[in-house]
Parts: sequence; C-alpha cells; structure tokens
Amino acid sequence: MVPSNSHQTPEGHGSFKSYTIGFFCSIILTLIPITVVMNDWLEGTWNSVVLMTAAVLQLMVQLLFFMHLREENKPRYNLISLVLGLVILLVIVAGSMWIMLYNMVAV
Amino acid sequence: MWEKIKEFASEFFVTGDPLIYGADVTIVLTLIAIVSGLTYFKKWKWLWREWLTTVDHKKIGIMYILAAFLMLFRGGVDALLMRAQLAMPELNFLPPDHYNQIFTTHGVIMILFMAMPFMFGLFNIMVPLQLGARDVAYPFLNSLSFWLFFSGAMLFNLSFVIGGSPDAGWLAYPPYSGTMYNPGVGQDFYIWGIQISGLGSLMTGINFLVTILKMRAPGMKLMKMPMFSWSVLSSCIAIIFSFPILTATLALLFLDRYAGAHFFTLDGGGNPMMYINLIWMWGHPEVYIIVLPAFGIFSEIVSTFSKKKLFGYKSMVWAMMIISVLSFLVWAHHFFTMGSGADVNAFFALTTMLIAIPTGVKVFNWLFTMFRGRITFETPMLWTIGFIPCFIVGGLTGVLLSVAPADFQFHNSYFLVAHFHQVIIGGVVFGYFAGLYYWWPKMFGFTLNERIGKWAFWFWNIGFYCCFMPQYVLGLMGMTRRVVTYSWDKGWWELNLVSTIGAVLMAIAFLFQVWQIVDGFKHQAKNRDTTGDPWNGRTLEWSIPSPAPVYNFAVLPNVSRQDEWWEQKQSAGAHQTIKQKLEPIHMPKNSGVPIVMSAFWFIAGFGFIFDWTGFIYTGLAGVVGCLLYHSFNYDTDYYIPVDEIERTEAAIRKVNI
Ligand code: HEM
Ligand SMILES: [Cu+2]
Repeated sequence: MVPSNSHQTPEGHGSFKSYTIGFFCSIILTLIPITVVMNDWLEGTWNSVVLMTAAVLQLMVQLLFFMHLREENKPRYNLISLVLGLVILLVIVAGSMWIMLYNMVAV
Repeated sequence: MWEKIKEFASEFFVTGDPLIYGADVTIVLTLIAIVSGLTYFKKWKWLWREWLTTVDHKKIGIMYILAAFLMLFRGGVDALLMRAQLAMPELNFLPPDHYNQIFTTHGVIMILFMAMPFMFGLFNIMVPLQLGARDVAYPFLNSLSFWLFFSGAMLFNLSFVIGGSPDAGWLAYPPYSGTMYNPGVGQDFYIWGIQISGLGSLMTGINFLVTILKMRAPGMKLMKMPMFSWSVLSSCIAIIFSFPILTATLALLFLDRYAGAHFFTLDGGGNPMMYINLIWMWGHPEVYIIVLPAFGIFSEIVSTFSKKKLFGYKSMVWAMMIISVLSFLVWAHHFFTMGSGADVNAFFALTTMLIAIPTGVKVFNWLFTMFRGRITFETPMLWTIGFIPCFIVGGLTGVLLSVAPADFQFHNSYFLVAHFHQVIIGGVVFGYFAGLYYWWPKMFGFTLNERIGKWAFWFWNIGFYCCFMPQYVLGLMGMTRRVVTYSWDKGWWELNLVSTIGAVLMAIAFLFQVWQIVDGFKHQAKNRDTTGDPWNGRTLEWSIPSPAPVYNFAVLPNVSRQDEWWEQKQSAGAHQTIKQKLEPIHMPKNSGVPIVMSAFWFIAGFGFIFDWTGFIYTGLAGVVGCLLYHSFNYDTDYYIPVDEIERTEAAIRKVNI
C-alpha cells in the first residue's frame, strides 16, 4: 500500500481562500455557457467558441484549484502525465482530422 | 407456457451445431464436478478466504495466469478448428458463419483474455518483489481489476453457448458489426466483455505505474531499477493513454447499436472509416503494450543466464520509453489501403520504420550481453534464444509491411497473418513462457522438470516455424486472410497442410507444458527451492525465500546499485547479515467487494446485451451499492505483529535448511 503517512508531507492541500476562489470561478464558468445557450444570445461559430473557451477554462480551474497541480512536489509526475496526455490528445484529434479529411472524395 | 419457454430457449441458447452441444455438455459437467468437489472436500470457505477475496498481489498474479492458461486452451482449440478446416481444399468441416465466429473469438481471446492477463499476472507476481516493496500501490484496486477482467472474459466466453458468438473479426469493423448486418447479440457480447475487462486493464495500468514511481525500496533510483520493471513502466504508460481510446470507441459503437446513433453507419452522416481510425489508435499501442514486458523478461533472463550485467542498460531504458510513446504515432499503417492519400501514407510508413530502430537496439543489447558470457541453457534461457531469431524475422516482415505501396499487395493476406503471429507468438508468448519458467520457483517454491520443459520448447518452436513460414508464401501466392476454404486449382493445399501440421505440433507442445506443471506439483516435495535463488539471480526477488511470505520483505532492503542482490552476493564477505530491527508490518485486509462488484458488472453487462432492463438496473445498482459500501468501510488494514514475523521467518528458515 502507498504509505498512509503521505498525507502528512508538506504537500499543500489548498486553503479556504483558494477553494473559495476556485468554487466561484467554476460556478461562473458554468453559468456563462448556460445563459448563453438558454437565451440564444449567440449563434454558429461564436457560440461554439464561447462554449469551448469556457470548457477549457473550467478544466484549468479544476486542475489548479482542486487537483493542486501547482503544489506538487518534485518530481512532478502529475504535470508530466498531464502534458503527455495533452500531446496524445492532440495527436488523436489532429491525426484523425488529417487522415479522415485528406483526399476525401465523398461529401 | 411450455411452448413459450421452448421458444425462448431456442433463441437464447445456441442450437443446431453438434460441436456446440458437445461444449454445452462439457461445461455443465465441469461445473458440476467443480461445485461438488468443492462441497465434498469442504473447500468453499478456503477458496473464498484464500483466493477469491485475496488482495495479495502474488495470489492475484497466480489467478491471472491460471485464467490465461484456460483462455490459451480455448483460443488454441479455436485455432485448431480453423486449421482443420483449412488443412485441405474444399472441406466442409466448418460452415462459413461458424468459421467467422471462430476466427473472431480466437483473436479476441488470445489478445485480450490470454496475453493481457498473462502479462498482468507476471506484473503482479514480480514487480513488487523486484522493487523491494511489500505490495502494489492499491491492493484493493488490484483485486478489483482482476475480477473485472474475469467478469468480462466470462461474459465474452458465454456468447458461444448463449445468444451466439460475435463474428466481425477481432476488431469488429463496422458496418458489418452494426445492427444492419449483425442484428443478433454476438457483437454486444463483444462490446461488453471488452468494456468490462478494459476497465480492469486501465486500473492495472495506473496501479503499476504508481507502484513503480512511488514504492521502490529505499535507495533504488529509477536508473537502478531492474529492466523488467522498466518495461512494465513503459507498458503502463501506453495502457493509460490507449485504453481510454478503446473504451470511447466501443462506447460509440454501442450507441450506434443500442441507441440508433450514426457514428459509424453509412447513413445519417456517419463514417465507418472513423471507427477503423480510432480502433487502431488503441490497437497499435496495444501490440506494444503486450510485447514490451516480454522484452523486459528477456533482458532479465539474458543477464542472469549469461552471468553478466545487461549490456547497454541506459540505451535499453531509452529504447523502451521511445517505443511506448512512438507507438502512438504509427496507427495508420493498419489501413494504408483505406485511401487517405500519399502524404498520410508516407508519414505513417516513416514513423513505422522508425520504430524498428529502438527494437533493433534491444536485439543488439541482448546479443552483446551474451557475448563472452558464461551461458547456461536452462529452459528460461532456451526460450530467450528461441525468441531472438524469431522476432528478428517477424520485425523484418513488419518493416516490409510498412512500405505503404507494397502493403497494397500484402494487406490482409496470409503474409500479414504470418507477420503478426510471428511477433506475437515468437515475441509475446515465448516471452511470457520464459518469464513463467524463470519465476516459477519464486511463485510456488519448487522447480519444474527441465526435460519435459525442453520437449515443450522444441515442439513449440518447430511447430511454430512449420505453421507460419508456409503462410508467408501463401500470402504472396494470393491467399487472403479469413477465407473459409479454397479450391484445388489454387495450388495452395500442400502449404496449408504443412501449416496445419505445425499447429498440431504446437498443440502437443501445450500438452507437454500442462504435463510439466502437473508433474511439478506431484513431485514438488523432491524439488523444493530451498535457497530462494535457484538460478543465481541478480535482482531483489531472489533475495527472499520461495515462495515469498505474505509481507514479501521482513525488512525493507536498502539498494545502492543496479543488480543489488548480485552485488551483495559478490561481496558476501563485506556484507554480513546485520540483524535489523523488525517492525510491525502494515497490510491490507482481504475484501469481498471486488468479486461481488464485478458480478454486478456482469449482470449489468448481460442486461445491456439482451436489453433486459431489470438486469441493467439490478447490476448498476449493485455496482453503486458496492462503491458506497467500500467508501464507508474503514476496516481495511491491519498490522502483522513482530513476533508473528519472527515466527514466519523462523519457519521458512527451518524448511530452508
Ligand atoms: C519492427 C516492428 C514492427 C513493424 C514495422 C510492424 C509493422 C506492421 C504493419 C505495417 C502492419 C499492417 C499490415 C497490414 O495490415 O497490411 C502490421 C500488422 C500487425 N502487427 Fe506489426 N509491426 C511490427 C511489430 C509488431 C509487434 C511487436 C507486434 C505484436 C506484439 C505486432 C503485431 C501486429 C498485429 C497484431 C498486426 C495485424 C493486426 C490485424 O490486422 O488484425 N507487430 N505490423
Ligand atoms: Cu501496428
């Protein structure tokens, strides 16, 4: 088992303040897309841009304030795996688009 | 009423084929034998306490390997049936639809339910011992992973007596795997069997990654870690990033089938090619997931049996890490013929060829390790030496396949079939066998009969070449994969007959192995491994008694070098066994939650397959209930007191003298 005393290492687990900030940020980032969609404020590309930006920012908020990505001790395995994950995600998306759209005869 | 039951049964159970009826009878008889045997010998409690609920990585490992052997048997029978059908032209032994089912289940079982659990078994048994750790990072999760795999495998295997087997190939390409052409439940068995066991695989990947990063013995820097553990690390990285792709892809396919979505259909804006693209993003890393640990095993064995340090440790580490990342960049070589255009094909041909470089580096490392070594030829080393030429040929034909224009000729011919069997049998299977023979004494505390082992080795090897070399030629002669029969005028029958004979030789080899294991258990008293170090090993697993006590290491070892145990033995004079102070050892408690929760997954999966909502709700509710129960259960660990450790150690030592 992973030694249970790992909780006691000085690894930070956030403060009341950081949790509050994170909480409000994530609420706001949830409300923005909901209001935009419910009120039909935007259409087409702009709609997608707003939704996706909010989603990405939300992800960052979660990682920074709740997953404590910044406070990790060295070696920063969490950060390394996150970066590798993003790289592979990029490969999946960009690679698929390249493969599927290149030389597309139909459509 | 009676009519209704009869109607239901004839739909529910697979009927009409004498082979299946035979299997039905065998299954029922075996189940009766197991249940009554356990009841008669009053072993139920023992089974539950010692095995089914265990969180001990060593026992979980043994269960994985046992399951893998059962699956090897089932997959092997499938293979023999196919080879029997192809032995001569125009045979009618298997009808075409049955033949389709058999090659499908053969492929799925061999990769996902044989190679994967065999590999996880070896991970479990050896990684903590090599690292000088007392367990894996998450023992509960480990047991859950095993039972999820087991549920998934059972679900999949059920399909051939209930409901009907999948028949769309081991990767289930749409549109053929969609409801349009496959309205039955076979493909749903495929999806849920793989999804459930896939959850387990992903968790195992995470578990061992954390184990390796966090649980090494004091002083064991990453660059002092044994090579097998490195290979496990690289394999786990690939697991963690590729299995989610598989899960997502199959989930989309399931939505197509179950909810009428159109991700991969030809109408409604879907595109079946997208499935092929996605599934190979998992599929190619998967083949490296299973082969990398085999490389690690060979590295350990080569160095032990040449009595030399592994040549080029650092380059080996880099080769493995590069392979595990590069394996994500080559997937399109599986569909060069799909029509993505020259640029795409050129790029992926290039990356594929690049991957052969680190693989070649490893081969040279093994050869240089053997060079001027004092080699002895026990069975683990024999498998290693058998592997090297076999894998070189398999790798080279892989490079031939990676030449995109040429692949238009080779693709989906028997040439391809021969290629991947050569790398998978010659690399993966031989590797796991080598590992099993190498670590067997550590697992069970006795050695196996070498003579029978050598018979098995030679039968496997001769059988292998006899079976697959002709297939390369057949492929070049135009024989495509997945054909059910061929006519006399093709001129293929001689080579096919030879190939079938090779398959029979490998079947005999398997029987030798079973005999060897049975014989080993029978004569175990005579062949006790009293030293704990039967091969004069180099890494920490050989520094403790065989089999290892529950807590593995009474005192955690201190590591300062590569091959720590070997170095300690070399400087035996300087190193006296300083009596270190024992401390109580913190251990995880057994738990019944994993097996119960996996049973609920099984029920839910079954419900999804037959669209029986009652089963779906029961299963999912049960899963949630298990999660809650486990979350609120704080009684999960205990301490082994010092005097008990002393007693155990003394008892082991007494046997050992
Ligand atoms: C030197 C390294 C290798 C190269 C260059 C290579 C190349 C290729 C290529 C180009 C194909 C696609 C051929 C076609 O569909 O026409 C292929 C198929 C395949 N390879 Fe390899 N390969 C290599 C090593 C391996 C290893 C190590 C494994 C497994 C342990 C493996 C397993 C497979 C499998 C299973 C398939 C076919 C799957 C299918 O179509 O169902 N290969 N290989
Ligand atoms: Cu590949």
